Amino acid sequence: MPQKYAYLDNSATTQVCAEAVRAAVDAMTAEFGNPSSLHAMGVRAEKVLETARSEVASSMRCGPEEIVFTSGGTESNNTAVFGACRALRHSGRRIVTTAIEHPSVLEAAAALEQEGFEVVRLRPGADGKIAESDLYAAVNADTVLVSMMAVNNETGAVQPVAAMKKAAARAGAPALIHCDAVQAFCRLPLDPKRLGFDLMSVSGHKIHGPKGSGALFIRQGVRIPPLMYGGGQEKKRRSGTEAVELAAGFGKAASIAWTGRENIYAGMTALRAACGSRLAALDGVVVNSPDDAVPYILSVSVPGVPSEVMLNFLSANDVYVSAGSACSRGARSHVLAAMNLPGARASSALRVSLSRFSTEEDVALFCDTLAEGIRRLRRPAKR
Amino acid sequence: MREVILIKNGEIVLKGLNRPTFEKLLLRNLRRRLRKAGNFHIERAQSAIFIEPDDEAFDFEGAVESLRKVFGIASFSRALSTEKNIETIKADAVGYLADALSAVKTFKVESKRSDKSFPMTSPQISAEVGGFLLEKFPHLRVDVHHPELVVMVEIRDFGAYLHAGSIPGAGGMPVGSNGRGALLISGGIDSPVAGYMLAKRGVELCAVHFASPPYTSERAKAKVLKLLEIVSKYSGRIVCYVVPFTEIQETISQNCPEELYTLIMRRMMMRLAGRVAAQENCGALITGESIGQVASQTMEALGCTNAVSPLPVFRPLIGMDKEEIIAVARKIGTFETSIEPYEDCCTLFTPKHPRTRPKLRYVEEAEAGYDFAPLLERAAEGVEKITIG
Repeated sequence: MPQKYAYLDNSATTQVCAEAVRAAVDAMTAEFGNPSSLHAMGVRAEKVLETARSEVASSMRCGPEEIVFTSGGTESNNTAVFGACRALRHSGRRIVTTAIEHPSVLEAAAALEQEGFEVVRLRPGADGKIAESDLYAAVNADTVLVSMMAVNNETGAVQPVAAMKKAAARAGAPALIHCDAVQAFCRLPLDPKRLGFDLMSVSGHKIHGPKGSGALFIRQGVRIPPLMYGGGQEKKRRSGTEAVELAAGFGKAASIAWTGRENIYAGMTALRAACGSRLAALDGVVVNSPDDAVPYILSVSVPGVPSEVMLNFLSANDVYVSAGSACSRGARSHVLAAMNLPGARASSALRVSLSRFSTEEDVALFCDTLAEGIRRLRRPAKR
Repeated sequence: MREVILIKNGEIVLKGLNRPTFEKLLLRNLRRRLRKAGNFHIERAQSAIFIEPDDEAFDFEGAVESLRKVFGIASFSRALSTEKNIETIKADAVGYLADALSAVKTFKVESKRSDKSFPMTSPQISAEVGGFLLEKFPHLRVDVHHPELVVMVEIRDFGAYLHAGSIPGAGGMPVGSNGRGALLISGGIDSPVAGYMLAKRGVELCAVHFASPPYTSERAKAKVLKLLEIVSKYSGRIVCYVVPFTEIQETISQNCPEELYTLIMRRMMMRLAGRVAAQENCGALITGESIGQVASQTMEALGCTNAVSPLPVFRPLIGMDKEEIIAVARKIGTFETSIEPYEDCCTLFTPKHPRTRPKLRYVEEAEAGYDFAPLLERAAEGVEKITIG
């Protein structure tokens, strides 16, 4: 690793914090039993697992029995979307979601569309936010799933997730309500039960936990078919030997993030403000994120410099951000397209994402290097 | 099991006086490619080469896979080395060929006897082995005209061999039998295929890749190296020269007419590739250009880029459709890697309205407006050399 670098791609993944590493290593070396084993080693491993479960449940203000450990956000989203639709397929055909969801929701919905479900994909405004009125208009009595993310991973725009339950109630829909909270968990105070969610997806590696960890909140009383069949672990909701070490790391990370959330949020707000003023001083930088977006995700564009080119330049100078989102690997962002962002902005978009490990030096290095990049790389607009 | 590999020589059988040179090259290439499979020795006979493992540790399956990619081989077979004793041969035939024979209904036995001291004639050998196999495999029938499987029994001076069925070789001529060429490689679908096709005709390859950081990324370069790794399984070792192209590309875009950006860029690339070719003793440049695929590949445009090269430029894909090129790319295993989406030089700095039928003189004049010589020098000096395979 270079001596001085600015890692500003925390929405892609985060560094695992030391406490989470310790918890995971302990689970791998000391309490390494299989939680399903009847002997003492199994019992001790189960204890580690249940401790982690309580930690995650506390950061959601729900009961531990409502937490199912998964391999991450994608598995949680798939489980929720397929599960809800398959459970309710005799009650209706419509899925209401948005055009800016993560591919793990959109691809699952597309697969269900092939099976005969009707998928409504709400489009955001130019500010990246879904309008509540559109939600109310789309949810009808035939709706079996409403799925919306709490915070968009590319723009940081906050979505009206509290309206999902209300829309379903007003329409008399049998729908299950699902929230992809991967980019909000432990940073925004999301209380799934109070917000009327039946299902909520979270991921460990976005909050300084290990990759491969995550969970799905399933409200007490909600029954959906699982994706993984086998030994019946997680009360038959997710078979497969539990990844105790990953859950342990996740639980520890969640606990730290949740406890410190207010201070952390304030810190990131300050960094975002500092970043904003520095960027405003640069010529030709456009902010794509709305003003009320979360402070830890910022989408900016530098018309005249293609995203990948600026990204390479920044990377060569040890500043790490992403272009659009990390999963697409070179493909155009479907989120920016759904916002109808003009071509020059969409093709030059960069995403800067902070975490509690981000510092003022990181932000300064980013802004200075961006300025240098603009000076060197910007091509005049073609006639 | 004393399994060996029997190689029938391909085109080199036809070469007459050149045969010893080609054979020597084929043997050299075989030794190189099979080295990692373990210890083995080579026996040669009229129009056949035997690869015989020295010990159990020899990776036979690995050797077979590597051989599929050695040029100069029409086909080869897995064979059993056995004793020059008819009873042993019969017994071994049953054991070795059981699987192959269970899968067919008709067969015949063909025998070759180059050791004339063996007490039976070829027809006698065939009859005896054939009869024994019929006994042991009652489902079989002999069909001398169109058998599903032909069992070969060969009695050579140094041993007896049994085999049935052959594995197609890669064809072509041994790499090294037809000089060296410098392949201009981008990360696209076409250039690796062009390299493969020339290697197939026996041309040793070196490669030239143009990198323009930050316009192109480390991943784009890694993609090229991965593609060359795949091609090297066919062509043998490739030395790749990575040329820093950023300054030239930026200078062209600041000083030349926009409609000629791509053409002038390609002319600069040909010049730099020519330098590498000279250094590497190459007799030709190789590109993946086809005609009519993109604006810079019209006949006139190809003429303009060709004009700067004193060496012949081989374009093996010139007459191929995209689908045909893709089919080869899939066959040799480069397609999946080629379609990974990282920018290469040619797609950036693309003019909105490229000149498709440029007059050479116009292009030369536009180029002459700026002195590129020092930039070409600097690019040549900054070249990074990477050896693959």
